[in-house]
Amino acid sequence: MIILAPIILFLPLFAALAITIFTRQNRALSAKLSISAVVVGFVLSAALVLGVGWHPVRRELILNWLEVGPLQVDFGFRLDPLSLMMLLIVTGVGSAIHIFSHGYMREDRGFSRYFACLSLFTFSMLGIVLSNNFLQLFVFWELVGVSSYLLIGFWFERPAAADACKKAFLTNRLGDFGFLTGIILAWTTLGSLNFSALEDALKNNPAALGGVATAAGLLIFCGAVGKSAQFPLHVWLPDAMEGPTPVSALIHAATMVAAGVYMLSRVFFLLDSVSLEVIGWIGGFTSLLAATIAIQQNDIKRILAYSTLSQLGYMVMAVGLGGPGPAMFHLTTHAFFKALLFLGAGSVIHSLHHEQNIWNMGGLKSKMPVTFGTFLIGTLALCGVPPFSGFYSKDSILAQAYDQNAWLFVVGLVVAAMTTFYMFRLLFVAFLGSARSESSAHAHESPKVMTWPLVALAIPSLFAGIWGIQQIYAMQWIQTGAHPRAFGDALFEPFSEKPLAAFFGLLAVMIGFCLAAVLYRRAAADPLPLKLGALSRAMHGRFYLDEIYEGFIRVTQDLLAQIADGFDRWIIAGLLVKGSHGGTELFGRALRLLQTGNLQTYAFLFAAGAALLLYLALRF
Amino acid sequence: MQPGLEHYLTVSALLFSLGLLGVIVRRNLLVIYMSIELMLNAANLAFVAFSRFQNNADGQVTVFFIITVAAAEVSVGLALIVALYRRKQTAHVEDLTSLRL
Repeated sequence: MIILAPIILFLPLFAALAITIFTRQNRALSAKLSISAVVVGFVLSAALVLGVGWHPVRRELILNWLEVGPLQVDFGFRLDPLSLMMLLIVTGVGSAIHIFSHGYMREDRGFSRYFACLSLFTFSMLGIVLSNNFLQLFVFWELVGVSSYLLIGFWFERPAAADACKKAFLTNRLGDFGFLTGIILAWTTLGSLNFSALEDALKNNPAALGGVATAAGLLIFCGAVGKSAQFPLHVWLPDAMEGPTPVSALIHAATMVAAGVYMLSRVFFLLDSVSLEVIGWIGGFTSLLAATIAIQQNDIKRILAYSTLSQLGYMVMAVGLGGPGPAMFHLTTHAFFKALLFLGAGSVIHSLHHEQNIWNMGGLKSKMPVTFGTFLIGTLALCGVPPFSGFYSKDSILAQAYDQNAWLFVVGLVVAAMTTFYMFRLLFVAFLGSARSESSAHAHESPKVMTWPLVALAIPSLFAGIWGIQQIYAMQWIQTGAHPRAFGDALFEPFSEKPLAAFFGLLAVMIGFCLAAVLYRRAAADPLPLKLGALSRAMHGRFYLDEIYEGFIRVTQDLLAQIADGFDRWIIAGLLVKGSHGGTELFGRALRLLQTGNLQTYAFLFAAGAALLLYLALRF
Repeated sequence: MQPGLEHYLTVSALLFSLGLLGVIVRRNLLVIYMSIELMLNAANLAFVAFSRFQNNADGQVTVFFIITVAAAEVSVGLALIVALYRRKQTAHVEDLTSLRL
């Protein structure tokens, strides 16, 4: 039964290799290989879950991989509720997106390459999810970064895309540097890279990490800062929207960016209270910053990207508040509705011939009913309207904040209001009202291959809150078994458990909705720039963070480059190369002066030499 | 005062130096050649002196060898100088600079 895990992991890799080596010319076959790999993966994951069950006890399958001195690393598969849930999410949402891509990328020249990269990504993400030790996790972590680079830069002939993929990879690398340092710290103090071994070591001796506990925790968090795009490394995610929309859905909404949160949940036991405090605040700040920027973005994908940033901030904040359970719950529901929203956006973009500015859309509700319906479901889920899934997961985070940290609770509420505001801004402007441009007037619904995945994702967006996902995650961190809830209880749980948090959350949603309706319901153009002036420009300009970074890099990098250039030009090329050349030439010229051609000079030198030798022979 | 070994050796040294000086300073090829012969003869004198004052015939035998070698060397050397003169039409050493770099 457990052997299914390696099969699930390696199927997409074989698909990717097969496509790259053999079936590049055959588009249909490449797509079939890739899609079947991930769909079969989903079926096998479901079978695995049914076979293994949701036990808090983990099962592992281990192969000895690397042994270098004191370092012993194995290649292992870890199956516990956390990884099993993630398996289902990655393969499930991945299947929907693979099928959607088949329709979206139909006219693209690089169709086969696209599916090869998607399969590579699926393989890497599954690797992260199934890893049982830090080194394996890190290897797949980097692989995911590479896949992201390949997919963001899919249309590499466009300079914007080429720049964006480089930016994503380099920003990730920055986070990974801290991550690797943290891993090394954990290894040197605790003696192992294996998660269960680390957990046991800390259980036996809670102070085992000693003085480096905070440092290790914060450095490991750096990896999540990079991968999950927290402040200050959040800058790559909006630019990553240069990639095809299904890629944005899969990688930059549902799975890859969630890997950071997953990793934090995986090694939650390594994080001490100071690290958790920092993590919570960074998460809260990121969500606030991103929501503010989203209010004044006009590209549909950018709005969704900043929304993702904001929700990731929520998840990280939840981890910081001491609850990986609510964070993972929100990660799960977010995967569903954010993928849905992105695919819906993709449907719109495809139908409007790659128009992405919402102010050139409008009136799409009647022309693209399925897209509109599912997009509405996704929006309601994202804003946290009951009974959609987002309400339950957001509420669990808000409830946690309400208990732990009043300031972060307020931040969460403000962000919830802003989320509702900008999402309904998007909905009103893009879907309602009347068509604002030619392409939106001639829009039509997307083909079934694209709308069926939308419907497939809308179902969990609607119901995932009450399926009991939260209980499954709770099993991971508490040893007691789950107590099954009756359907009615599950529906109203937030109101019975923490009524104040739920109430304030709903209030925030309503405030956001009313504001959006007042401002945007029949707006021909955006009224906010007039009302807010400089603030609106700052929001639109993403608070100029990209420009600040660019300036900083120009100062430091260029300075370093000039120093290196000077060193290379003057010392290596000048002193060493030209210097030795000149020295040899001078010496040669000096020797040349001896060749006078004059017999008597030679005779004189001969005699002088003989006299010198004689003298020396007599001396010694 | 009886002439001792040192007197003969001094004369020999002086003759040798004169010969060396001639090689370095004089500009006529034949004069340079004669100076070389002078150096050889200075060496002969030294050998004979040593032979006389050590009552050993070895020095005088060596002189025979030196004279023979000198004769052979003169014949070859003069042949070279004649050939060179035929080429360059000069016996002036400062005109011979074809080995100059």
